[in-house]
Amino acid sequence: MISHLRTMWLVFRHLFQKKVTVQYPEEKVPLYPRWRGRIVLTKDPDGGERCVGCYLCAAACPVDCIALQATENEEGRRYPEFFRINFSRCIFCGYCEEACPTYAIQLIPDFEMAEYNRQDLVYEKEDLLIDSQGKYPGYNFYNVAGLDAGVKEKGKGEDEETPVDIKSLLP
Amino acid sequence: MPTIYIDNKPFDVKTGKNLLEACLSLGIDLPYFCWHPAMGSVGACRQCAIKVFKDEEDTRGRLVMSCMEGVKDGMRISVNDETAKAFRSQVIEWLMTNHPHDCPVCDEGGCCHLQDMTVMSGHNYRHYHFKKRTYPNQYLGPLINHEMNRCIQCYRCVRFYHDYAGGKDLNVFAAHNHVYFGREKDGVLESPFSGNLAEVCPTGVFTDKTLKEHYTRKWDLTNAPSVCQHCSLGCNTIAGERYGQLRNIVNRYNHEVNGYFLCDKGRFGYEFVNSENRITQPLIRNQPIEATEHDTVLQYMRALVTGHNLIGIGSPRASLESNYALLELVGKENFYQGVPDDLVYVEQKIVDILQSGTVHTPSLKEIEQADAVLVLGEDIWNTAPIMALAVRQSVMKTAATHTTEQLPIPTWHDAAIKELVQEDKGFLANITMLPSPLDEISSSSMKAAPDDMARLGFAIAHILNPSLPEVRNAGEELLSYAATISKALQAAKHPVIITGTSCWNNALIRAAFDIAAALDMNEKKAGLAFVMQDCNSMGLAMTRASSFDRAVAAIQRTTNVTAIILENDLYRSIPAAKADTFFNKCKHIVVLDTLHNRTTEKAHVLIPAATFAEADGTFVNNEARAQRSSQVFMPANSEIRESFKWLADIKSLVTTASNGHGKHMDDLLHALEARLPQFAGVSRVAPPHDFRIHGARIPRESHRYSGRTAMLANLTVSEPKPLQDDDSSLSYTMEGYRGLPPSPLIPFFWAPGWNSGQSVTKYQEEAGGALKGGDPGIRLFEQTTAPPVFSKDIPDAFTPRAGKWMLLPQYHIFGSGELSVYTKGIASLSAEPYVSLSRRDAEQSQLKNGDTVAVKTDGKTYTLPLSINESLPDGIILVPAGLTGMEALSWGAWVNLSTVIV
Repeated sequence: MISHLRTMWLVFRHLFQKKVTVQYPEEKVPLYPRWRGRIVLTKDPDGGERCVGCYLCAAACPVDCIALQATENEEGRRYPEFFRINFSRCIFCGYCEEACPTYAIQLIPDFEMAEYNRQDLVYEKEDLLIDSQGKYPGYNFYNVAGLDAGVKEKGKGEDEETPVDIKSLLP
Repeated sequence: MPTIYIDNKPFDVKTGKNLLEACLSLGIDLPYFCWHPAMGSVGACRQCAIKVFKDEEDTRGRLVMSCMEGVKDGMRISVNDETAKAFRSQVIEWLMTNHPHDCPVCDEGGCCHLQDMTVMSGHNYRHYHFKKRTYPNQYLGPLINHEMNRCIQCYRCVRFYHDYAGGKDLNVFAAHNHVYFGREKDGVLESPFSGNLAEVCPTGVFTDKTLKEHYTRKWDLTNAPSVCQHCSLGCNTIAGERYGQLRNIVNRYNHEVNGYFLCDKGRFGYEFVNSENRITQPLIRNQPIEATEHDTVLQYMRALVTGHNLIGIGSPRASLESNYALLELVGKENFYQGVPDDLVYVEQKIVDILQSGTVHTPSLKEIEQADAVLVLGEDIWNTAPIMALAVRQSVMKTAATHTTEQLPIPTWHDAAIKELVQEDKGFLANITMLPSPLDEISSSSMKAAPDDMARLGFAIAHILNPSLPEVRNAGEELLSYAATISKALQAAKHPVIITGTSCWNNALIRAAFDIAAALDMNEKKAGLAFVMQDCNSMGLAMTRASSFDRAVAAIQRTTNVTAIILENDLYRSIPAAKADTFFNKCKHIVVLDTLHNRTTEKAHVLIPAATFAEADGTFVNNEARAQRSSQVFMPANSEIRESFKWLADIKSLVTTASNGHGKHMDDLLHALEARLPQFAGVSRVAPPHDFRIHGARIPRESHRYSGRTAMLANLTVSEPKPLQDDDSSLSYTMEGYRGLPPSPLIPFFWAPGWNSGQSVTKYQEEAGGALKGGDPGIRLFEQTTAPPVFSKDIPDAFTPRAGKWMLLPQYHIFGSGELSVYTKGIASLSAEPYVSLSRRDAEQSQLKNGDTVAVKTDGKTYTLPLSINESLPDGIILVPAGLTGMEALSWGAWVNLSTVIV
């Protein structure tokens, strides 16, 4: 009997406390910047695609829901010819983001991507690519890679010496 | 067998090996860069350091490079010693100080020896805070990409390209900490073995440029063991597919055949599979809508095969199964080789020799180990490049053996041996029509007309065995060549004679046989190797079917003929006039092929056949070794099927009860063995289709295959059922048996910690030795004790005729192949059509280089630019064979020439 009264008292007291329930969708949920939601492909500071088509995200994906094909432009810059994520399979584990050596693939705090039709959960590059650098502003992979892919010449990157004169025998 | 103690555990190892080889053979992971099983040790990279202890009491030991230290009985070493481990991780850190941050955009990533070794040595953080060295790159042609920043200075590229393969245009330049590996200036790499740089280089300095066009990581490829389609040697390859396209070809180690290397034609000549010129649908011509599908075309075929006289034309590039299926369909007496009579005559002689078993036919490995080689009339550089590479190794190794006999230097001590050997060379006599890059290493290189080369052969045989007939009217020069060559062959223990069909000359084959048989009688272990023209020329020749010319003769006698032509562009091997005669007599022409060509234009019914990558098949190589090539991928288009499946379907229209016969290729091969006993053993070439290991299939895909649920999601989001392969024990999934599969079924080389091709060591009995469980392939003929039958008929010396020239083919490694020219890079390297005359002949006809010359043959006139060849014997006119746009000519015929005034 005492137990019942105590419970009723507790329930009654909650009437005056702050509500936990969020009135979604009228009211939006606060999400942190590192919240793992929808996957996007970001761009370099100079507006080029960051993705170099290295296939590491695809390899890291535990549900194998990323498929892409790398290709090259005339300057030797790699980019994905197509980039497909099957979100009906994605488990938002963020391994792809961890694997990405160029900060191209990022998980953003957005989860509102439900669809009536499962086929609509297949996102192509056009759907994934955003016009932003995402969480890592200022980074351009080609500035730190040795390769000359039209972004910087050989020897002009960070921590690079000018190219060796191979005809020279000087010490 | 010496016993060595590795970390206090005793192991039995093989004498004469170095410690690195011993450790790797025992399965111990020891990092290395500069050592290569085919090229030996130089001790350049300092990566394979281990500790060696004086005796049991010694606790300090000393660091040595394991690749530079031979095994000694009772030796005590430590691989896991802390100092040794620290040394190795220090060395890799130094090597990595300048290595760029490139892996994501590097084609080597995922199959990179440097990545593997870095992980193995435990280096993971760059402590060096200074700038990285950079290099300019070079353009090295359409096949190989150069990114010099990635170099770790192991010298493997130069050691392969320059020392092993004899290339002259790649070397090491500059000095100290900025040595440069490349050419003197930008340009196409000249060696036809340049593609191996991509596999030899432990990092991504040299990579496959054709793969770059449709780049895929190694882990994403669907692979299958396959056999090269571009010459008769049958090099083993691994073909990789992704998104329904063949993406690359890499070497599949076979100790007896190709070893570690492939030629560029084999490595890069795969693009025909992806060609837009592929036949993708069955066609029934002269209908309002020609394209049709399986059932309709079979329905149509019913009328064509019943109530008609059938003639089947086989193909030297189709698999044994397909050829046999055609033979079964049309009947043995109606089955003809799609090969001209002259060539069949020569090939028949070769099959006779092999079948008699009088002399041994060496594998490429045995050619490498020969101590004297005579190449008689075959331009192996162009027709069998990997054989030329093997011959080069024989020459180099013989010289090395001479040295090591005098000084106790182990055979793997590459730099020391090179230093001692200097310019010394083993014996090679390269007797060909034209100069070849092999001449540089040959002791004797006569250039002559085919009949004269055969006469030289008979003269040698006569010296070796005086009871053999003498060559009449032999010149002084010929006899002196014969004397030198016979002396060298006599002095050798394992001489090898190489000849082939590219001169279309029967006497050459007989002469080569006489030499080999005569040497055998002199208690030598002589070998006689033949070079054929296509990947299954031997298999087709072994059916002993008649030539195409006989088919033409037969068709004149009959009417109401349905001809079925199997994967054979007759216009490439048969003069057009003759092929036209044949086609004009046919009532119905049915062609099964992979690519549209002149023959398929003639077809009334055209059936899309699968290429080697989409088909299972058995191919017989030049030494009569039957080898299985497995299906790499199932074409998305279900109309593209193996020829033997199409033919089996057509056969079921004729026979009332098929009893499920011919359902599997195993059944076809059993039937072939029963019908043609010369093929006995061919069914054992690979495990049967129902072979399983612990109930599991062997996966074609790596365990890290990606994109399974997204690859086809653009078509439909529900994943399709994995493809079912009923013809072999390989599966189209990532699941299955992950241990060592039987050697004919190795889809790719991979071992934990070894992602690059260097993981092959884990599949070998010992480093650089045979594959575990024996190398794949079954040799169909073995040596017997049958007495040799020498030939009595020696051709007369070749004499030029006034106003007439003997027409002979010139084969080019790039350009002469029917399929390899579909690769853009190879097409760009192929020769333009020309005719060649000797300098004297050209001057007599008052012709100069570049003049347009008309060659009259087979009732046609061909106008081509002249290119004077200084070394060509007089009286011969050479025309490149098989170039795009060139017709087949009557090789060996005498033709007229005229100058065309433009």
